[in-house]
Amino acid sequence: MHQLAKRIQESFTSGFVSASEWRGDVAVTVTRDKVHDIAEFLRDDPGMDFDYIVHVSSVDWPDDEERFEVVWEFYSIRKRHRLRLKTRVPESDCVVDSLTDLWKGADFMEREVYDMMGIRFRNHPDLRRILLPDDFAEGYPLRKDFPLRGKGWRDTFEFLDERS
Amino acid sequence: MAFEDQRTTIYKVDPEHPESETLPALRTEELLLNMGPQHPSTHGVLKVIMELEGERVVKSTPVMGYLHRGVEKLAEDGTYHQFIPHTDRLDYVCAMYNNFAYCRAVEKLLDLKVPDRAEYLRTIVAEVQRIIGHLFWLSAQALDIGAMTVFFYCFRDREILLDWFDELCGARLTTSWYRIGGVERDLTPSLISKLKAFLDYFPPKIDEYQVFLEKNRIWLARTKGIAVISAEDAVNFGLSGPTLRGSGVDYDLRKYEPYSAYPKCEFSVPVGKNGDTYDRYWIRMMELYESVKIIKQCLEQMQEGPVMAEVPSVTFPPKQRVFTNLESMIQQFKLFSQGFKAPPGEIYCGTEAHKGELGFYIVSTGGGKPYRLKIRAPSFIHMGAFDHMARGYMISDACTIFGTYDIVMGECDR
Repeated sequence: MHQLAKRIQESFTSGFVSASEWRGDVAVTVTRDKVHDIAEFLRDDPGMDFDYIVHVSSVDWPDDEERFEVVWEFYSIRKRHRLRLKTRVPESDCVVDSLTDLWKGADFMEREVYDMMGIRFRNHPDLRRILLPDDFAEGYPLRKDFPLRGKGWRDTFEFLDERS
Repeated sequence: MAFEDQRTTIYKVDPEHPESETLPALRTEELLLNMGPQHPSTHGVLKVIMELEGERVVKSTPVMGYLHRGVEKLAEDGTYHQFIPHTDRLDYVCAMYNNFAYCRAVEKLLDLKVPDRAEYLRTIVAEVQRIIGHLFWLSAQALDIGAMTVFFYCFRDREILLDWFDELCGARLTTSWYRIGGVERDLTPSLISKLKAFLDYFPPKIDEYQVFLEKNRIWLARTKGIAVISAEDAVNFGLSGPTLRGSGVDYDLRKYEPYSAYPKCEFSVPVGKNGDTYDRYWIRMMELYESVKIIKQCLEQMQEGPVMAEVPSVTFPPKQRVFTNLESMIQQFKLFSQGFKAPPGEIYCGTEAHKGELGFYIVSTGGGKPYRLKIRAPSFIHMGAFDHMARGYMISDACTIFGTYDIVMGECDR
């Protein structure tokens, strides 16, 4: 196991689920309730020192019991190492703690995840859709059950050539 | 609707004393102003709702998504090769660097080694693209602030390089020249001599642009000390590229996680001090000189060799062989119709584009299409810091801030 993953396992025995290393990327999966604590540890611990948030993302696994995976990628500019933090969220209770109080950059990134995948972030200061219009009624487009062509909203638009 | 109350408040005479001869008690009110989505300085379609106190910005809320095309969703429906032209349309000003970042990410997923000559070619073209990007940025930023002359000079030189791209791959903007495992074709002798001529011609022109701007008092007044962001905040917001280096952090993936031919070249990463618009301008100007240096070194060091990795399950065969050899034809047909199967796993690969860190996070389940593809777009993340950077500045400085991010909405909205 990678050194960074081992440190997380030692410090959070209850929150740690698994760790992997593939193609040089270290990924640690943790339980949902510990995400904020672990993220705070990652930022403030001198051995970790992850001062830079790279991206927040999400993956939909419709066949799994806990359907959604939320992914954070952190980088340490001083220590020059990288870590991916992952957690699982069930569809029935689609909420995870927001990290906006630790990294201000997480604000827009989390809004995008909410917009595209419908995962809500607890304690986010302004959780609204960001790329899609506020009145977008079709749901969350990056979910796997969302058809590529949309759910028909666009077909209701009137275009110039149709009216004539 | 979240912004139901957005309307312009009109200042009126106090209605309780309409006829009073003395001035009515001065009433101050905050003004809500919609800037965009069709404002020329927003570099595309972007709206910012600003709360103003007089001409000072109190709070600003970016409203984005006017150019959202669902690129990440489209990626899940096509093969890995088919996504390359989509990356052109992200940051349409600098398509080559998007191709580069995407191809690198897929190569990391496949653990594919690119031939040496291809690495040099990639670096050369990427740096040419960086010059184009910075010239475009400089012209647009100067124009936004009111210095029009530089715009024409920059476009004159940008045009030379766009014609060079045209000769290289047949397109000026949507290039799609990079391939997974290499590049589409080698540089011809004519292209190399044209590029060398440009490298001799260009550095004096950079001095020329600087003379235009750095002796211009209006330009200095509108950039020095404007939109200052401290190093700590810039890192915390996740800024990258010149926007972060302007605050004194030397984060540059070309040095931090060297890739392609960059480790074989000598170049320096300019870093600012004050974190204001002027420093970010200065960094980009210095990067123009550095890009010229990198291209020159690459041209010197480059050896003859193949420009495409020979991995029949992934890379395309040379066109000549497709017409004469049956196996190559089958290989070509299979790659175009079905794509290749990537091993299951997930990777993140960041590349230092001229705007900042352009990253791709790809999840593969072993099929011929990406299961999930996430684009880490620097423009989008920079917009997250807009409110922080605009607070307390004048409304006219908002244009400067759009410019200083080098924002392109195609990449921001994806």
